[in-house]
Amino acid sequence: MLKYLPLLWANLGRKRLRTSLTLASIIVAFLLFGLMQTLRVAMTGSPELAGIDRLITMHKTSFVQSLPLAYLNRVKGVDGIVVATSQDWFGGIYQEDKNQIAAFAVEAPTFFEVYSEYQLTPEEKQTFLQDRTGVIVGPLLAERFKWKVGDTIPLRSNIWTRKDDGGNVWPMKIAGIYQASNGDNQSMYFHYDYLNESRREIRDMIGWVVVKVKDPDRSADIARAIDDLFRNSSTETKTSTEKAFIQGFANQMGNIGKLLTFVAAAVFFTMLLVTANTMGQSIRERFNEIGVMKTLGFSGAGVTFLIIAEAILVTGLGGLIGLGLAALASKGIGAAVAQFFPVLGMPSATWGIGVVLILLLGGLAAAIPCAQASRLKIVDALRKS
Amino acid sequence: MADESLVRLRGVAKDYKRGAETVHVLHALDLDIPKGDFLALMGPSGSGKSTLLNLIGGIDRPTAGSIEIAGIRTDAMSDGDLGRWRANHVGFVFQMYNLLPVLTAERNVELPLLLTKLPAAERRKRANAALGLVGLSERAQHKPRELSGGQEQRVGIARAIVSDPTLLLCDEPTGDLDRKSGDEILDLLQALNQQQGKTIIMVTHDPHAAARAKHVLHLNKGQLGREAAA
Ligand SMILES: Nc1ncnc2c1ncn2[C@@H]1O[C@H](COP(=O)(O)OP(=O)(O)O)[C@@H](O)[C@H]1O
Ligand SMILES: [Mg+2]
Repeated sequence: MLKYLPLLWANLGRKRLRTSLTLASIIVAFLLFGLMQTLRVAMTGSPELAGIDRLITMHKTSFVQSLPLAYLNRVKGVDGIVVATSQDWFGGIYQEDKNQIAAFAVEAPTFFEVYSEYQLTPEEKQTFLQDRTGVIVGPLLAERFKWKVGDTIPLRSNIWTRKDDGGNVWPMKIAGIYQASNGDNQSMYFHYDYLNESRREIRDMIGWVVVKVKDPDRSADIARAIDDLFRNSSTETKTSTEKAFIQGFANQMGNIGKLLTFVAAAVFFTMLLVTANTMGQSIRERFNEIGVMKTLGFSGAGVTFLIIAEAILVTGLGGLIGLGLAALASKGIGAAVAQFFPVLGMPSATWGIGVVLILLLGGLAAAIPCAQASRLKIVDALRKS
Repeated sequence: MADESLVRLRGVAKDYKRGAETVHVLHALDLDIPKGDFLALMGPSGSGKSTLLNLIGGIDRPTAGSIEIAGIRTDAMSDGDLGRWRANHVGFVFQMYNLLPVLTAERNVELPLLLTKLPAAERRKRANAALGLVGLSERAQHKPRELSGGQEQRVGIARAIVSDPTLLLCDEPTGDLDRKSGDEILDLLQALNQQQGKTIIMVTHDPHAAARAKHVLHLNKGQLGREAAA
């Protein structure tokens, strides 16, 4: 097979400009495809972050609506529950608007019982629990802003206002830098009490409740029992597994993702037509040469093989360069949007799908010229010059 | 004589369909060509010279009749068998050279050898030997467009002989060349015939070219008439 490589390569150089333009379109198409894959996975969240033994109880309508603080204690009383804790979204900003930080106001002691994967040294934990304005931060976040334990951070909220001065900055003192085995490296967790007593908008309201259950197999029953508690009240709840919750959040993003995927698919299809057309043109110009090769003894299958191989060489070259660029760009994007999504770079499955697309694109692009070439009688081909 | 024929045609006819009408190009043609012959095939344009050459070379099939070459019936072969047979037994030389423009002279000559199991080094060696035989060793790395017409045709001949075929079929090999280059090509063909014993069939409408052959055949309205070369 390798002996045909010089011939294939030489054919690519036949019309440099045309080959370059085709190659460029394919590169762009695959770059787009790779980025879409990255975004799609980023936007639909990483369900791996979720613990299987955790449920989330939130407002029935949407998780941006608050629940009464009293719900936390009532949930704690439901049968089959180990512990429950509350969280509230702070909407943190540090120094500049672009530095958005995932900061949560949590019920501190129970937080560590529900989220056992968050580790602190005993001293750090002690400091945090005792300091009302204390905060624990993820290691990447601390590194990004060069924060050290003991620093006081003026964290601004883009949601809440202070009762006392009408401002929206809450100074927080870093009590510790947590290590989390679930991949959450960039969040901040501080005391709910600190927020609750000083914010103007609402009091004794929480964002949602996180529950740890004894037996994950009974999650569905427990979720129903919790929601039944508040049924027909003015604030009904919806309890789901943490995994479903993360996905629910992601679904809003997922719709944008679908649109983007649709656009990418349309672009990809256009690319297919462009490539097929260029390939077809390039082969039709060569009918005479194909006639010569057949005269020399190349079989119809042999010529077909060479045409397909040439097409796949183009799509393969363009596709792999495009995916390579997408992988690099995904890393960059991952760093830029790290505070919103845990983007772990381009999903590795993209390469596999990419290779299938490369073969498909090359094969389909070559199909029409191949059909034409194989139908061609040698004497007719030779008469075309 | 008939038993020693390398090429033997019996009752060969060829029709072409052009739309609704059928063109009878060759009818009931018998032909015997002995091994080692250098035959010139002459005739007016459109008389079917190329058609006859293509039938002998197995790139077209007769409508009727039989074609036997070196004892093998080629008219009944499958496409695949015929392709393999061509690769082993026939070298074609075209009027317009028909080299692949993207390949160097050496790679063009090597092309038929890609179908063999020869290792790359051996293919190179044979391609260069063939180029040496046509006197183009120094131009091995040149692309066709960097060569003159006469040089291109010599590459074409090198490609035709590289796999040492039984038959060399040339369709107006000097038709596109000036007299001097044409003469060089004819010298080469004559040498191949006389020194290497190659059997050559050459289509031409140039009496000057035909004069180099051992025999001349005239094709007219699908019929053959033989005459001895001058
Ligand atoms: N592939 C073909 N399809 C249809 N008609 C053809 C084909 N090849 C040749 N012909 C016709 O057959 C006749 C003989 O052609 P050809 O053998 O090329 O003549 P010559 O080589 O003697 O000039 C011409 O009338 C030509 O138009
Ligand atoms: Mg002709």
